[in-house]
Amino acid sequence: MKLYIQSASAISPQHTFGDVPLLAETIVYDMPRLAAIEPDYRPFLDPKLSRRMSRVIKMGVAAARDCLQQAGLVLPDAIITGTAYGCVEDTNVFLTRIIEQEEEMLPPTAFIQSTHNTVAAQIALMLQCHAYNNTFVHKTFSFESALMDAAMLFTEQEASTILVGGIDEITDANYTIFNRFDTYKKGAFTSTDLYQSNTPGTIAGEGAAFFVLTNEPSAKNIAGLDAFQTFYKPIDIQQAIVDFLTAQSVQLSAIDLIISGKNGDAETDKPLDQLENGLFKNNRITHYKHLCGEYPTASSFALWMATNVVKNGSFINDNAPVKKVLICTHYQNKYWSLMLVSAC
Amino acid sequence: MSSPVYVAGLGVISAIGNNVAENLAALKNGKAGMAEITYLKTKYEHEIPAAEVKFSNEELAEKTGFATHISRTALLSSIAAKEALDDSGVKKIDGLRIGFISANTVGGMDKSEHFYEDFLKDDQTGDLLDVLNHGCGNITELVADQLGINSYVTTISTACSSSANAIFFGARLIRAGILDAVVAGGSDAFTRFTLNGFNTLMILDREFCKPFDEDRKGLNLGEGAGYLVLVSDKVAQQLDKELYGKLSGYDNSNDAYHQTATSPEGDGPYMAMQGALKRAGLQPSDISYINLHGTGTPNNDQSEGTAVMRLFDGNYPPMSSTKSFTGHTLGASGGIEAVFSLLALKHGLVFPNLRFETQMKELPFVPQTELLTDQPINHVLSNSFGFGGNCSSLIFSKV
Repeated sequence: MKLYIQSASAISPQHTFGDVPLLAETIVYDMPRLAAIEPDYRPFLDPKLSRRMSRVIKMGVAAARDCLQQAGLVLPDAIITGTAYGCVEDTNVFLTRIIEQEEEMLPPTAFIQSTHNTVAAQIALMLQCHAYNNTFVHKTFSFESALMDAAMLFTEQEASTILVGGIDEITDANYTIFNRFDTYKKGAFTSTDLYQSNTPGTIAGEGAAFFVLTNEPSAKNIAGLDAFQTFYKPIDIQQAIVDFLTAQSVQLSAIDLIISGKNGDAETDKPLDQLENGLFKNNRITHYKHLCGEYPTASSFALWMATNVVKNGSFINDNAPVKKVLICTHYQNKYWSLMLVSAC
Repeated sequence: MSSPVYVAGLGVISAIGNNVAENLAALKNGKAGMAEITYLKTKYEHEIPAAEVKFSNEELAEKTGFATHISRTALLSSIAAKEALDDSGVKKIDGLRIGFISANTVGGMDKSEHFYEDFLKDDQTGDLLDVLNHGCGNITELVADQLGINSYVTTISTACSSSANAIFFGARLIRAGILDAVVAGGSDAFTRFTLNGFNTLMILDREFCKPFDEDRKGLNLGEGAGYLVLVSDKVAQQLDKELYGKLSGYDNSNDAYHQTATSPEGDGPYMAMQGALKRAGLQPSDISYINLHGTGTPNNDQSEGTAVMRLFDGNYPPMSSTKSFTGHTLGASGGIEAVFSLLALKHGLVFPNLRFETQMKELPFVPQTELLTDQPINHVLSNSFGFGGNCSSLIFSKV
């Protein structure tokens, strides 16, 4: 079933939130850790509430509310989030206190806000929205699972507008731990040279990207999500891509832009290098992980980007028309995800 | 609703037994699983009772074939999911698209707690194997890989309603034609994180819990895993076995009242139960047994009880909280209680609500306190409500 995107909102390590031109300037990072640029939360959150909230909750709630405002929607028929890490800062705070205070005299707030469904729950609470509310926490497929849930709700005629988002934060503790797994790049580094580095490791990222989806065609829609599919440890990803496009009756030549999910890790970028130099060799290709960093729900940033490109009708600093975008991304060559986005 | 989704297999491990047969025997014998904390290392071991699975991590690792650094959440998940899968017989049919939809809330927290003790002293120390599978999704993936399931795998985490949501998400994947069969449910291990978390909220009973009692003092934490194997109509016919029942109704509604408390009127619980009845095409009077969420906290039982009172309006079926046996197993509770609901359906049983003494002042009904046998059980309603206002209800019906 074809889905439509009514609005998209992203808080990311780039200037993406609010009324700003699409990725007009790239913020360059010289550390392999990209931090989300947090907006002024006051238009979206009561300051009293906001003080007690961790970054991931604030980012999620603000992006969600901005997204609903853009769509002119008060109450969605469902709220579905994807987050692999969940509320890690609160989890870390509570876990640290358990150990340092030897299980004594612990304040409850961090525990209360540590559950993975906190962002979806806080959105429901603020909107007083009693509708379907779900949270997927499945690694790199967390956001895609949320999309799958939304697509099925439309098919079941349970909903006509759904708020879907992907949210993850990187914390000091997690950054340190992932670094010990050699997840990130070591030594001197510039984010804009990410794909030329030819060294092991990627860059940490984070963000919140929300979408109001609908299954009804309307002049209000800004993009179409024609299809999406995930592949766990695919044996032949090239064939999977060909089959995915064939099922949509789309030729590769009709794809105006491919958003490729390379993350700078020399080893695991190889399959995408092969595709870029092979199957996609006649297509225009761009990347996104140098902008938002690598994190499990980074594909939600890619979808935000694709949505805005087809909404504008052209890519950044370029007048060539873009009507159809294929997002082709993966993590560690284990979790592959494809999304086909088209102009309305 | 459209095409039916049947239950072909059950698997469970909890404080009252390591498989379906042992759990059923304990439910019939009124044997609760709470005790002094034995396996978890905590300063509360003599102070707060809990319902632990009666195996050490080493014993569970041995039984599952996992390494000892693997989280207890995955070990418990593996045992119950495998039991359900074997019971169903779906693996005997070639070419089926089988999914694994699993829920949990703590992920590998039991191991991360251990890691953090070293990590907090020096952030370059702590055994990395202990945090390798910290994420909720890692737990699911470990078990899916072990079971050889890969057609569709995902993880849901909506606090204490997680497994109920996993079960009906699985059913919807079958109905959408994406899967032929799905192992769906959830798992959670007892951890210091949750013990201390619930303790700070002052909702842990220092004695064995008394759900729906006027003098209830809170919940006991438990642990375990529970899974169903759901199959399509077509697979059900191919299996050539007696089915446990079908999932006839479900609902997920949000209470939208408070991050941790449920509304006094029980709006979320009411909407969840009402929505499940509507999708099943049933009236409240059709329900033969309610497996209550019934945590034993003053707030939950008041809220859920009020919702039951509003919806059933004087015509109350027998109801009980089997958390009086298993404790509150958090993300696993919806899965474990779905298994119990199907056992009630299959064997014509209503399980007792243990330790109940005094009727709640605000409610016109009491839970069932003795085992009922040979009952005409046609439809069982199972409730699961959680933090964040996440309220889900499932209805299982006779085939």
